[in-house]
Amino acid sequence: MAKDPAASSQRYRLPSLSDKGALVRLAAIGASVLAIAVCFAFVGGWLSPGRLGEARFIDRFEEVNGGAHPGFRRNHAKGVCIAGSFDSNGQGVRLSKAAVFAPGHVPVTGRFSLAGGQPHVADGPTAVLAMALRLRPPAGQEWRTAMIDIPVFLVRNGEGLYEQLLATQPDPKTGQPDPAKMAAFTAAHPEFLPAMQLVKSTPLPSGFANATFNGLNAFRFVNTSGAVTPVRWSMAASDPFTPETPEQAKNPDKNYLFDDFIARVARKPVQWHLLVTIGQQGDVTSDPTLPWPADRERVDVGTLTINHVETEAPGNCRDINFDPLVLPAGIEPSDDPILSARSATYSQSFTRREGEKKTPSAVQVPVGKGS
Amino acid sequence: MAPHRPFPVFSRILHWTMAVLVLAMLFIGIGMVSSVSAYHQLVAIHKPLGILVLVLVAIRLVNRLVNPPPPLPEGMPPWQRFAALGSHVLLYVLMFAVPIVGWAMLSAARYPVVLYGALQLPPIMPQNPELFAVLRETHTVLALLLFATFLAHFGAALMHALIFRDDVFPSMTFWGLRNERADGTSGDRDARAQVAATPALAKSE
Repeated sequence: MAKDPAASSQRYRLPSLSDKGALVRLAAIGASVLAIAVCFAFVGGWLSPGRLGEARFIDRFEEVNGGAHPGFRRNHAKGVCIAGSFDSNGQGVRLSKAAVFAPGHVPVTGRFSLAGGQPHVADGPTAVLAMALRLRPPAGQEWRTAMIDIPVFLVRNGEGLYEQLLATQPDPKTGQPDPAKMAAFTAAHPEFLPAMQLVKSTPLPSGFANATFNGLNAFRFVNTSGAVTPVRWSMAASDPFTPETPEQAKNPDKNYLFDDFIARVARKPVQWHLLVTIGQQGDVTSDPTLPWPADRERVDVGTLTINHVETEAPGNCRDINFDPLVLPAGIEPSDDPILSARSATYSQSFTRREGEKKTPSAVQVPVGKGS
Repeated sequence: MAPHRPFPVFSRILHWTMAVLVLAMLFIGIGMVSSVSAYHQLVAIHKPLGILVLVLVAIRLVNRLVNPPPPLPEGMPPWQRFAALGSHVLLYVLMFAVPIVGWAMLSAARYPVVLYGALQLPPIMPQNPELFAVLRETHTVLALLLFATFLAHFGAALMHALIFRDDVFPSMTFWGLRNERADGTSGDRDARAQVAATPALAKSE
């Protein structure tokens, strides 16, 4: 078969201006390509600057903390690494098929921290304490959880937290939040003031060792037969509760909360009980500002023992993202929107800090003192 | 000259399946980092779907070696041949690289790569913050490059279908070349019409 090569290659030229039909088709091709690109830009948020994405969220954390503190978490910036184990008593098996609840011994690493984005903030009586854990059963999937020592969360969605950060920022002149901003914020987020009342009416612990840490968000436990149970959990301290006193604030040691804990672990391992609260029909799972009724069944599923503390360093808790949605099969997120917002913003904070030059943590565990 | 033939059926199935998956992955990826409320649901789809793309592109590469694609039409100028070859090499490289870099970056950060339920993949990199930071950035840059290459590929396919009107587009569809193959002639529609209309050319055939 012979073909005129010139005629054959003719078709691979762009149409001439006189060929109206071809020009229309050419325009349609351009429009199709452009339409897909515009959809992509829309989904990526470039056309909606008001959308709350993780980068904008973390920008706000940096903004209210006097700029970025390179190498540190954008929230819970000040902390120390902990390690120990979780001894499961098997009581959780009926609720969840997660390997961590099978009777046995699970190695644990984690981190104690203060809420807030200042890596060198002085410990103080109003500090919110946090416990983050990474439980890794020898066989089975790991579980990460991050808990704080207040009874409820203060807002019910990501937008609320984003606005709370700015509204509650102290005015440099008065040292208090701007009343006008606060009024606008509390009007837009009516859940905030009642939640704040609950937090204020709960006495704060004198240190990490006697603090009870609450998961706050609801989750779903799924057992081997597929039964789903709405739950919340807490790490209840075995050390007797002693409230924070005003005298503690006068401590000249800027890290007294952490240093007290280091000294406490050096004497004896510190223990907590993991209490799983079982939600009933009608208990709200989507709103972490609302506590469940006090009479809900609580199941003690095991004992956490912390026997080691160490300074943040390469490869230890410093370089782990305690994303509360790193969950094993058997634990699932609830419909609480704060969970996705936490996961997204932790991820953004982690991505930023891991690429930055690191400087030493404020909390230094003396050599030989970490047990 | 070899008669024009379509892509093997299996190749066409792989092509269109992956077209949907890869485009969905690009949109899910860009969407999940731009919305804190949709983040978790999207990331939970993104990880297993990315691994599926990796498995499929490996099958596809083997298939391509076993069932080679039809040759490009005669008459395509060299620069277009080069662009076609280059963009296909780039598409294959990126379809491998984007999911592998994704898996590697999660490994360097010690995030579990959960596919479904208790099924998860082992890490393929040592834990390393600097490595994570570089791989995380690389994942985004390569994904955006993949999207740009996809747009070029899509635009070029439409050029073949609507402007050049050769066999390239029909050779990848499920309706294009079948009838034309049945009559044993080339699928080169315009050339055939030309042959029929020109007795001199018809004679020389």
